[in-house]
Amino acid sequence: MREWLHLGKEWIESRFPLKEFWEDHLVKYYAPKNLNFWYFFGSLAMLVFGIQVITGIFLTMNYKPTAETAFASVEYIMRDVNWGWLIRYMHSTGASFFFVVIYLHMFRAFLYGSYKKPRELLWLFGVMLFLLLMAEAFMGYLLPWGQMSYWGAQVIISLFGAIPVIGNELALWIRGDFVVADATLNRFFAFHVIAFPLLLIALVAFHLIALHRVGSNNPDGIEIKEKKNAQGIPLDGIPFHPYFTLKDMLGAIVFLMIFSAVVFYYPEMGGWFLEKDNFVPADPLKTPEHITPLWYFTPYYAILRAVPDKFLGVVLMGAAIAVLFVVPWLDRSPVKSIRYRGPIYKAALAIFVVSFIALGYLGTVAATPIATTFSRIGTIIYFAFFLLMPVYTKYDKPKPLPDRVR
Amino acid sequence: MSEDIVDHRKRRILTAAATVVGGIGVAYVATPFIFSMEPSAKAQAAGAPIDVDVSKLQVGQLLTVEWRGKPVWILRRNQEMLDRMQTIAGQLRDPGSDELSQQPHYAKNEYRSIKPDIMVMEGICTHLGCAPTYRPELAPADLGSEWKGGFFCPCHGSRYDLSGRVYAGVPAPSNLKVPPYRFVTDTRILIGVDPERA
Repeated sequence: MREWLHLGKEWIESRFPLKEFWEDHLVKYYAPKNLNFWYFFGSLAMLVFGIQVITGIFLTMNYKPTAETAFASVEYIMRDVNWGWLIRYMHSTGASFFFVVIYLHMFRAFLYGSYKKPRELLWLFGVMLFLLLMAEAFMGYLLPWGQMSYWGAQVIISLFGAIPVIGNELALWIRGDFVVADATLNRFFAFHVIAFPLLLIALVAFHLIALHRVGSNNPDGIEIKEKKNAQGIPLDGIPFHPYFTLKDMLGAIVFLMIFSAVVFYYPEMGGWFLEKDNFVPADPLKTPEHITPLWYFTPYYAILRAVPDKFLGVVLMGAAIAVLFVVPWLDRSPVKSIRYRGPIYKAALAIFVVSFIALGYLGTVAATPIATTFSRIGTIIYFAFFLLMPVYTKYDKPKPLPDRVR
Repeated sequence: MSEDIVDHRKRRILTAAATVVGGIGVAYVATPFIFSMEPSAKAQAAGAPIDVDVSKLQVGQLLTVEWRGKPVWILRRNQEMLDRMQTIAGQLRDPGSDELSQQPHYAKNEYRSIKPDIMVMEGICTHLGCAPTYRPELAPADLGSEWKGGFFCPCHGSRYDLSGRVYAGVPAPSNLKVPPYRFVTDTRILIGVDPERA
């Protein structure tokens, strides 16, 4: 028996680098020993992605992407398909949890300076993933063809119309009709289930390849590769498998407990995960009283609404995301981790987080004069955090770095 | 015997030429895919003109019809309403309809219509495409004592008068769009085509 197993391994090994892959990326891939719970969110993002792909495949088996049938087919999934309600709630809850996980994952980068040299490209792939995820979520939200699906898409596609000269032609090209219509729904379905998932998978691969070239950052922000033993193994590194695979499994279990609680008990989350207006079929002649995107877009929606000019509003909203691409070159602090940064960065990050959450709330409420004023303050803080970064990170007083991670 | 000397310059030129020719090929192949996303012949045909009878339309009544999937409003106004619209010109962003893309030239006048009493316009907010609501009443509590009747967009608070002219200081950048239309008879409108002698 042993003999046979060995022969089998030999047969594969001479045809496929299985052992090499296993060693390079798991048992001989050394990650810093001091990774804390903030480092759960990368693997959790992959877990949610897996949930979305699997539930998505089963949803497409019963969903019908035409303007006449889409809304009814979703209700059919909810009422008549065996366990359809569970699969759909997993998918809709998964979408919101994806953003919870990604926002925390990105916050981790600001805490420990994970975007700083040599991880700039890793960060760029991550920002691209964030952009793709937003597009994927936006297009998926049109598919139930409810009132909020319809008018949300109408508003967002109209944003492209604000671009001078080509804007209106571009919006027409995206919709494939003069308003959001059957053609729009059909192509968004194609993008949502084929094009963007493929792009996401490819970029996740690039993100991981880049990660495994430079290695994980850690809460101390010190490169563990600088201190190696005689065998060339980092002194503060431990093999990813079994140490971190086991640690990530704990994270996955805790995550799944919270996820299940939401799926089973609060799938609509009081209108935050599934909006009330979306239980009304799309009506192209009647706008809902109050249009809000889902919570994960509201900070950017608040920035859009804070500007009284249509084109400038769109520009500023785009810039709010584009500025993330240059963060590695804006941060001029000599240290990475918040543990060794001076008081200015700590204060700046705290104010930024508060204003980002406030913008998220303001994007959900009606645009009253007082809400608009606060949105403008929040927008200024958002951009000040990034654009003043070269100044305040340079003059901040960092603490001395320890020799090795603690 | 063949010489082992490689002409790198020649190779570079050949590589560049092959890349350019290949790139042109890719562009040609991409064309049908890109244009397949334009509105289809069917969607274009649905944009054909529609015939509307306005003989039974009362003063102050708003008729909504669908053209190219968009709501098109037809509103009958009397002289009193038209006079009221003249008093608010100072509060408007573009009272003279100078932004030419928002109406056909034959509707660029003080009433933004071919006949002063019949107003035809697209019921889509020029800000982000919501459908404004018709608020003909004077000085309602929520719109303020200055309100002279018009349209209010619930999405982001844009305001228009009864001619679809946008107020200054609201998010919408321009007046409501007037579609091309013509009178076939005194009471029948064809929406989607210009007048014959325009």
